Amino acid sequence: ARERERGVPLFPRAFFWLVSLLLASLIWFISVQLSDRENAKLQYGLLVFGAAVSVLLQEAFRFAYFKLLKKADEGLAMISEDGRSPISLRQMAYVSGLSFGIISGAFSFVNVLADSVGPGTVGIHGDSPYYFITSAFLTMALVLLHTFWGVIFFDACERRRYWCLGLVVASHLLASGL
Amino acid sequence: MLTFMNNSDSEEEPCNERTSLMSAESPPVPSYQDGLQASEAGEAQAHRKRRTGSSRSPNNVADGDMSDSSVPVRESASENEEEELTLKYGAKHVIMLFVPVTLCMIVVVATIKSVRFYTEKNGQLIYTPFSEDTPSVGQRLLNSVLNTIIMISVIVVMTVFLVLLYKYRCYKFIHGWLILSSLMLLFLFTYIYLGEVLKTYNVAMDYPTLFLVIWNFGAVGMICIHWKGPLQLQQAYLIMISALMALVFIKYLPEWSAWVILGAISIYDLMAVLCPKGPLRMLVETAQERNEPIFPALIYSSAMMWTVGMAKPDTAARGPSQQTWDAAEDGRENHRNPSHADSRMSEARGPVPTRPITSFEELEEEERGVKLGLGDFIFYSVLVGKAAATASGDWNTTLACFVAILIGLCLTLLLLAVFKKALPALPISITFGLVFYFSTDNLVRPFMDTLASHQLYI
Repeated sequence: ARERERGVPLFPRAFFWLVSLLLASLIWFISVQLSDRENAKLQYGLLVFGAAVSVLLQEAFRFAYFKLLKKADEGLAMISEDGRSPISLRQMAYVSGLSFGIISGAFSFVNVLADSVGPGTVGIHGDSPYYFITSAFLTMALVLLHTFWGVIFFDACERRRYWCLGLVVASHLLASGL
Repeated sequence: MLTFMNNSDSEEEPCNERTSLMSAESPPVPSYQDGLQASEAGEAQAHRKRRTGSSRSPNNVADGDMSDSSVPVRESASENEEEELTLKYGAKHVIMLFVPVTLCMIVVVATIKSVRFYTEKNGQLIYTPFSEDTPSVGQRLLNSVLNTIIMISVIVVMTVFLVLLYKYRCYKFIHGWLILSSLMLLFLFTYIYLGEVLKTYNVAMDYPTLFLVIWNFGAVGMICIHWKGPLQLQQAYLIMISALMALVFIKYLPEWSAWVILGAISIYDLMAVLCPKGPLRMLVETAQERNEPIFPALIYSSAMMWTVGMAKPDTAARGPSQQTWDAAEDGRENHRNPSHADSRMSEARGPVPTRPITSFEELEEEERGVKLGLGDFIFYSVLVGKAAATASGDWNTTLACFVAILIGLCLTLLLLAVFKKALPALPISITFGLVFYFSTDNLVRPFMDTLASHQLYI
């Protein structure tokens, strides 16, 4: 039961990610509606802009979640019998990073997966035939990255090392931009 | 098909009552002194691990196990520890409820995605007579609103009828009704479901085998739900019938009507449980006043076994049911040592001498688990199933709705731990689910699609 209790923060975290995604896509949608539809380059630029906005929002929500967990942790620590909280901060960081990663990976990948089960040939229009496998690898990498970012982020906030925060955000942007 | 649907009006009734989420502890009823004493004893025994003994209310001095002098000192400590226990119980209950809700949704989504029968439009229920095939948007909206009004009024009438029956102690009638409806669910709907699944996977099955399978399934289900049975089997059956009912709803409710109905029923749930004259609240209160469990066919209970008879005044009958309860508790909660549970029961036997023992048993049992009405299961699954069936964004939308509903359930459980009385489980989850469904379908989907096609990961 102890192990299962540790998994409980998983879902609120996913929820936070979803909300951030929602806001980002709202911004993107509005910007697309307002802009010119024909220009492909502009569309791509807008897409990148939307992605950047969503990255920033994700980090903001990660921070918000960290604050929430901190508060809950303090509450638990105050009233537990041996003065410590039952869930250590490192475990919480791991779980939250993992859940962020899971939900973002799931969202990015599950449609591709569903399509892959159906009939069709990959890359018939001249795209690379390795679309599926690269998508799979990229998603895995992203999930791991999110987990690591979660841990680093929480650690940085704990010790108030703000340059670490900046590093995380920058690397997130960089990874998305590649 | 339409005549078949006419018989299903008996199903509507069980769906409606199953929409309240009840707290794990019944509030102490002041007119019932033994109950109060028993609940005090029960709660004190629960905290026995921490301290030697104290009580929540300082005016309970008749308890043999408590020491008066330690009562005021322990007050503040006890409240903090109770909060922590609440939180701990909260986390455990959350997990205990997540699993069945998730299972139900998985079954529904899997069926919707694979069996095409449930997404074809083959007519409508008699409760939603207005069709949605009209050309104009306004007409369609009007029709769906009218459908909703009819459906909700049917549900209200049935609920009030059931509460009246319960109030006037027409137990036989209620039991007969419930048995009839679960009979129909277990046999008829399962037959149709099995038929469709076999058709989809092109598996041949002869009638005798089919008859045998369905007969066994249905008979064991009836016994499990209405009488005694292993707890996990009962839970599995309840999940199955919720999923079947949800599938029926998904198939036979027209599109817009379904969404409007979901919204309206969460508002109705809110009112029925929280308003003082609401039918569901009266049902729960009456059941608690009489210290009887609400019918097992309507409620999913996460951690207890139901004793059959209402009044068992002799200790001999109490003995075996106690043992089964202990066995269940030992099996379920392995982080509490079994000796603790045993000592709890033996100590508790002290302060409550002879009188209504079943009430004490039930109070103790109710401490352990959380009860969720089956209607909640059904409507959560309807939401997720509809998202899976009709959304063009397929899995993203389904996932988003799933997470939203679970978060709503978390929040509701949190509120339950704070308020400690029966709460409606539908409104928060359904609101989140609806918001996320519509926003994900319209906003997030194009975003994610274009991102994925450019292989841009965020």
